[in-house]
Amino acid sequence: MCLAIPGKIVTSDVQNGIRIGRVQFGGITRATCLDFVPEASIGDYVIVHVGFAISLVDREEAERSYALLESMGLLNGELQSDLEDLLADK
Amino acid sequence: MKYLDEYRDGKIARGIVAELTRRAARPWVLMEICGGQTHTLMRYGIDEMLPAGIELVHGPGCPVCVTSLETIDKAIAIASRPDVTLISFGDMLRVPGSHSDLFQVKAQGGDVRIVYSPTEAVKFAGANPGRKVVFFAVGFETTAPANAMAVWQAKRQGVTNFSLLASHVLVPPAMRALLSSGRNRVQGFIGPGHVCTVMGYHEYDELALEFHVPIVVGGFEPLDLLEAILMLVTQLEEGRAEVENQYVRSVTYQGNLHARKILAEVFEVCDRKWRGIGAIPKSGLSLRQEYAEFDADRLFGTAAITAEEPAECISAEVLQGLKKPTDCSAFGTRCTPENPLGAPMVSSEGACAAYYRYRRFAAAAKASD
Repeated sequence: MCLAIPGKIVTSDVQNGIRIGRVQFGGITRATCLDFVPEASIGDYVIVHVGFAISLVDREEAERSYALLESMGLLNGELQSDLEDLLADK
Repeated sequence: MKYLDEYRDGKIARGIVAELTRRAARPWVLMEICGGQTHTLMRYGIDEMLPAGIELVHGPGCPVCVTSLETIDKAIAIASRPDVTLISFGDMLRVPGSHSDLFQVKAQGGDVRIVYSPTEAVKFAGANPGRKVVFFAVGFETTAPANAMAVWQAKRQGVTNFSLLASHVLVPPAMRALLSSGRNRVQGFIGPGHVCTVMGYHEYDELALEFHVPIVVGGFEPLDLLEAILMLVTQLEEGRAEVENQYVRSVTYQGNLHARKILAEVFEVCDRKWRGIGAIPKSGLSLRQEYAEFDADRLFGTAAITAEEPAECISAEVLQGLKKPTDCSAFGTRCTPENPLGAPMVSSEGACAAYYRYRRFAAAAKASD
């Protein structure tokens, strides 16, 4: 749970006064709060921790870190959620 | 992916190690705080590349590992109630409490769910007004703003069936506790890169000054860590004790002000008990009075639960850098990631789990000596 994973912002929306986007990590996307990175827009890469983007990174940095996390087997389970399907886009 | 290839060929890494060897005239003990950094160090065998006198010890920076036994017992007590849905990060489920763990509660019919973000728990509470939804909020400063946002959201949206079992911990007070201990061996720290992405690194200035200890905020990639080690050894050899930032790609002096703002809005500093270490003054975060209605500890009357830690597990010494996981007689035999005795074996960021994963043969050979 204490990992921060880089991903690419693919959508951006405001829900209940909070800016939420879908962020793509490899083959999957997750709803991500973008309120801590107001300067980020669609197509940007961000470091995401427990569903919150905490900083902007460039694409090369993002791809490199993601590949490292993947090669260390640390991504297994990290993005797991029992509720993701239940709550998807509600 | 050209940078990854650069890491793999190790040319730059060898250059840094050569420079380290030139500069390191004396032995030094360095500690990385963050469990993610421990994992990278083990995975790439960085500790084994270093000149003989440079020793790395592993700090208390795995939230799963330092959450106190009584907090786990509280989560188990709350999750066992039929009217509660307890929502947690996945790696908390197998952390042993005094008599059970959350996974067993779930297996026995308790409603325990895993999420990757606390905001999912608020959404779930909103959609299930008949359930008392409790989010098990552990984590360092990196995680606290996310959990703060969940509470803030619940209050704003009037989601009254949501609450937080909060057990947040803070890095600088833990470093202060380690440095103040008469048994301290640590002479330089690699600061936690993602904690500092949120908080900045201004908080570390007074520690460096007061204890005359260099602190270098480091990233999570192999070269980040080697560079941070080189920066620390350079300071130590020159007799300097400053706060420096190696992870400039993500960390600024003031941190992420948006995240810090919501954190300060919802939480306040409190004393906190750490698993294996004990109580550390002002080392935790709890809900402010204005958010007391979201405090699960208060709602479910669990504040009085206390627990004594078992004597067999040496995680206390491991988390303070006094012992290595392989010094434990249970390591890899009676204590494994499948059957953990102590929390550092549970989470993939725990020092024992990282040693088990990357050092199992060395450990087995040592055990049979």
